[in-house]
Amino acid sequence: MAYTWRRLSKDPLALVGMATIAAISIAALSAPWIAPFDPREQFFDGLTLEGAPLPPDEMFFLGTDLLGRDLFSRLLYGARTSLVIGVVANGAAVAVGTLLGIVAGYVQGWVGAAIMRFTDLMMAFPALLLAIALAAIFTPSLWIVAMVIALVNWVQIARVIYTETTALAAREYIEAARALGAAWPRILFLHILPHLIPTILVWATLGIATTVLLEATLSFLGIGVQPPTPSWGGIIFESQSYFLSAPWLVFFPGIAIMVMALAFNLVGDALRDALDPTQRGR
Amino acid sequence: MKPSPIERIIGLAMSAAVLMSPAVAAEEAKRGGSIVVSYKDDIATLDPAIGYDWQNPSMMQLIGDGLMGYKMGTTDLVPDLAESFTISEDGLTYSFALRKGVKFHNGRELKSADVKYTFERLVNPETQSPGQGYYAVIEGFDEMVSGADGLSGVTTPDDYTVIIKLTRPNAVFLNVLAMHFSSIVPKEEVEKYGADWGRNPVGTGAYKITEWTLGQRIVFERNPDYQHGTGPENVPYLDKITWEVGQDPSVALLRLKKGEVDILGDGIPPAQFVEAVENPEFNERGMIVENPMIQTSYVTMNVRIPPFDNVLVRKAVNMAINKDRIVRLINNRAVPATQPLPPNMPGHDGSYEGYAYDPAKAKELLAEAGFPDGFETELWSMNTDPNPRIAQAIQQDLAQVGIKAELHSVASSVVIAAGGEAEQAPMIWSGGMAWISDYPDPSGFYWSILGCGGAVPGGWNWAWYCNEDVEVKAAKADAMADPALAQERVDLWRSIYLEIMEDAPWVPLFHSRYFTMRSARMAGDAVLYVSPTYIPMHYEYLHAKDAQ
Amino acid sequence: MLRYLARRLAASALILIGVSVITFGLTFLIPADPVRMIAGRSASPQAVENIRHQLGLDKPIPVQYMNYVTKLVQGDLGRSYVQKAEVSRLIESRLPATLLLMAGAIFFEILIGLPAGILAATRRGRLLDRAVMIFSFAGVSTPQFVLGLLLLYVFANLLGWFPLSGFGTLSHLILPALTLGIAGGGWYSRMMRSSMIEVLHHDYIRTARAKGLSGPKVVLVHGLRNAILPVIAMVGLDIGIFMSGAVVVESVFGWPGIGQLAWLAIQRIDIPIIMGVTLVAAVAIVIGNLLADLTAPLIDPRIRLR
Repeated sequence: MAYTWRRLSKDPLALVGMATIAAISIAALSAPWIAPFDPREQFFDGLTLEGAPLPPDEMFFLGTDLLGRDLFSRLLYGARTSLVIGVVANGAAVAVGTLLGIVAGYVQGWVGAAIMRFTDLMMAFPALLLAIALAAIFTPSLWIVAMVIALVNWVQIARVIYTETTALAAREYIEAARALGAAWPRILFLHILPHLIPTILVWATLGIATTVLLEATLSFLGIGVQPPTPSWGGIIFESQSYFLSAPWLVFFPGIAIMVMALAFNLVGDALRDALDPTQRGR
Repeated sequence: MKPSPIERIIGLAMSAAVLMSPAVAAEEAKRGGSIVVSYKDDIATLDPAIGYDWQNPSMMQLIGDGLMGYKMGTTDLVPDLAESFTISEDGLTYSFALRKGVKFHNGRELKSADVKYTFERLVNPETQSPGQGYYAVIEGFDEMVSGADGLSGVTTPDDYTVIIKLTRPNAVFLNVLAMHFSSIVPKEEVEKYGADWGRNPVGTGAYKITEWTLGQRIVFERNPDYQHGTGPENVPYLDKITWEVGQDPSVALLRLKKGEVDILGDGIPPAQFVEAVENPEFNERGMIVENPMIQTSYVTMNVRIPPFDNVLVRKAVNMAINKDRIVRLINNRAVPATQPLPPNMPGHDGSYEGYAYDPAKAKELLAEAGFPDGFETELWSMNTDPNPRIAQAIQQDLAQVGIKAELHSVASSVVIAAGGEAEQAPMIWSGGMAWISDYPDPSGFYWSILGCGGAVPGGWNWAWYCNEDVEVKAAKADAMADPALAQERVDLWRSIYLEIMEDAPWVPLFHSRYFTMRSARMAGDAVLYVSPTYIPMHYEYLHAKDAQ
Repeated sequence: MLRYLARRLAASALILIGVSVITFGLTFLIPADPVRMIAGRSASPQAVENIRHQLGLDKPIPVQYMNYVTKLVQGDLGRSYVQKAEVSRLIESRLPATLLLMAGAIFFEILIGLPAGILAATRRGRLLDRAVMIFSFAGVSTPQFVLGLLLLYVFANLLGWFPLSGFGTLSHLILPALTLGIAGGGWYSRMMRSSMIEVLHHDYIRTARAKGLSGPKVVLVHGLRNAILPVIAMVGLDIGIFMSGAVVVESVFGWPGIGQLAWLAIQRIDIPIIMGVTLVAAVAIVIGNLLADLTAPLIDPRIRLR
């Protein structure tokens, strides 16, 4: 671990990524103290007489949205939505994917085959269409959106874990443990799982980027987290009709989404390099 | 039976006609020319028994004609395929004398059997017509719906006479006959195309379909045999109308500026709305057209779900919502509403002020109702812009008086399903699914959406409001089929809606104004582009300035 | 090889059956009633039940599914509830636009990804390499709708080089294809870079260099030929991503493809269209995956198809 950390700390891109994640997390946690306004308050003078949003000025640092709310405050609170869904949805996807991947890879036989055929099936689903259909079935709340994303995202993780587990299970020391009569849960959790931790860590990080993007996309289509909960994708959905005259309403949240996804991608990629000895130098 | 001259029917002509701008000066309008109309979505179908959306009714009315029609730009009913008609004294028997020599596009003459076939086809459950319910007053309807072979109430003593018998007098039956559903269709063509009939429509109308390329365009050309128009001699004016579909509204606007498109079928896109209506060049050249729609957007409160079973709570909600601010949110493309009927509908009471915005009074009423600290509820809305925004504005207004409404912003089909369940959706914002009247009559805003018949599982009366007293009055009003009682009937409807407002099952929020754009070469009054009777446009009267 | 192909095709058929079962089941879980949407506002309860009966929607779901599959096998995708037109014709009228968009996107992915990857590999560890890698990460980290709106704002609205949106000419295609292509280009450049680095380490390249062949030529002739194979395999996998991404990009650019058709159908619960589009997308994904797997042994002779 210390070795990994040393390698990470030498990678400037990873450092930038980690600093960004830290900054966003701090901003999200301290939003109630640093946000100038309540993100839900619709100011009567936050709109022009024609109903147009206000451009950035001294009162509203980044301007107002189409309901006369302070955009900066909404962006700060929106970070919470992205982070919570990113961590929860991806955590669930990693947990489900790891569990199914390990079981399929270790047990093999018809159970393993059934699980893997099911992942094949899920891979053939157009992911976004599936997410849209699921969002239509369950009225989307924060947790439902997280669940929908987890249901779509676990598949790839399951496949990666499956491949690695299969390779590990064939190794001699596992065979030895089995020959010694170790129970299979013991083998799975004591002998196989620890070796999968690097892979899981990498996916737990990279997956957050994918999750943040998927959440933003669902919100952009109007089927994400329910309003008035601030969400970056949702701000863009609501502002689209003013896109040409007030492009900042689209670009500020757009940049926020990109920066967060980029930060997790950079750290995840650096982690992969740092954890994988064969990848050294790539 | 007593003869009813056409003049008496025009007595039905409602005060709304006064509000409509006068007709285009006919002498200026020349025949000829062709235009292009843009739409984003495909035209769903041109089967007059099936099509029922924003785009296709007036297209189907170009292809086909009904027994009745409307005088241009007004809500005055006039005979169309009928030459004349009589209504029996008891209001139950309608006799129509058909015009002779009217030909379908395939060359065959229209006969009374076609009229009978058309109505039987509409009522036949296998047709799955969304308009079926409008014909329920015809004798033999129930029998045919449960499997009888024909519609006994429609008889054809000879080739040019049609007699329709009703089971109860109905003041709007002539309006129903002017709806696109009632366009007369030739049996042989319907049967020839089977399920694809909706793509190969044939009628007696002013235009024939000459091209339909799915996902790209539909072209109509003038029917040279068309002679039975209800307007001036040279109507219709245009030789050719092309609808180009798959056109994004903002692209369509650019193309309109370049002269490639003549009318924006979907209206001015919100992203360019303020810019477009303030553009001096557009205004100078008369390119912006605007007209109120016969439309009301409202919030329903389900009177079966506490605390909305308490009229004080419903009144409080009416006072808590700031309609002016919501109208501003949608760039003033609407006028605030005080009652279910829009201002351009006979029966609207201009002197009624409704519930003024007064949060303090609303809080008092809530306290009186036993909710001094408000309560928690749900507000459902459709999930396309601007509806979630409007729902959030309503939510904030409700929060000011202590009502915490959780938003459910979902697909329209899900909202409609929830509204049709007795105890599911306490409040629904109707935007995007709102009521556009099928015909210009005050009864159009009652039966399905406020009447007891709509307050059934799967119905459209999302407030589940059912007031027996009101229901009796409404039935009485709609039985006043004698044209001489027209004014009395409108007065009765006016009092009905005011009585409903006393029960406050809705918060009427606004009536939309429709804005669209036309190219500088297009002429004619705004009412042609946002027609109250030919939705959305009265194509037959559109004309181009540069026509030769 | 033939046996492998036969087995893969059989597996693909099973996958498609699975996709159809799940999609069919999901549409029935949507808390809305398609019959209400068809019947209209004035329909009596009896009229509604009549329509339900005629469409066979009153039968148990497994029976409905079997009826659907029976028709499907005969090549009949059914008729849209709302538009009444044959679903196959609706898809047929939309599919060319989506395929065109995909072709454009693949073009841009390769155009951006390959040169960037090669440059980065040959300048490994230097500033240019770093820059390419950061840009490729930025590309994959930007949501497609944000990128699409950005391109629209700059190149269509401010500069006026391209139309705002729509369909028809080559200039309409460029921005939406570029939107999909930039994200894909990010992945391609990373793949290209690593496979290039590997190839450049191989003996034959060293030999070629030793023989005095110049740098760029070695890279292009020997390196590219070997490094390009993984990229081809990736195109196959991309098809699935595009089939999903189409919903967003088509809505931003007003592109009349099957993504828009699917989106509208979901809103109106037009089940035959939802089924049809999902199946078409799944077929495309299955074919793409198959192509990717078939090229695998060409890339790495150690992989054998079993």
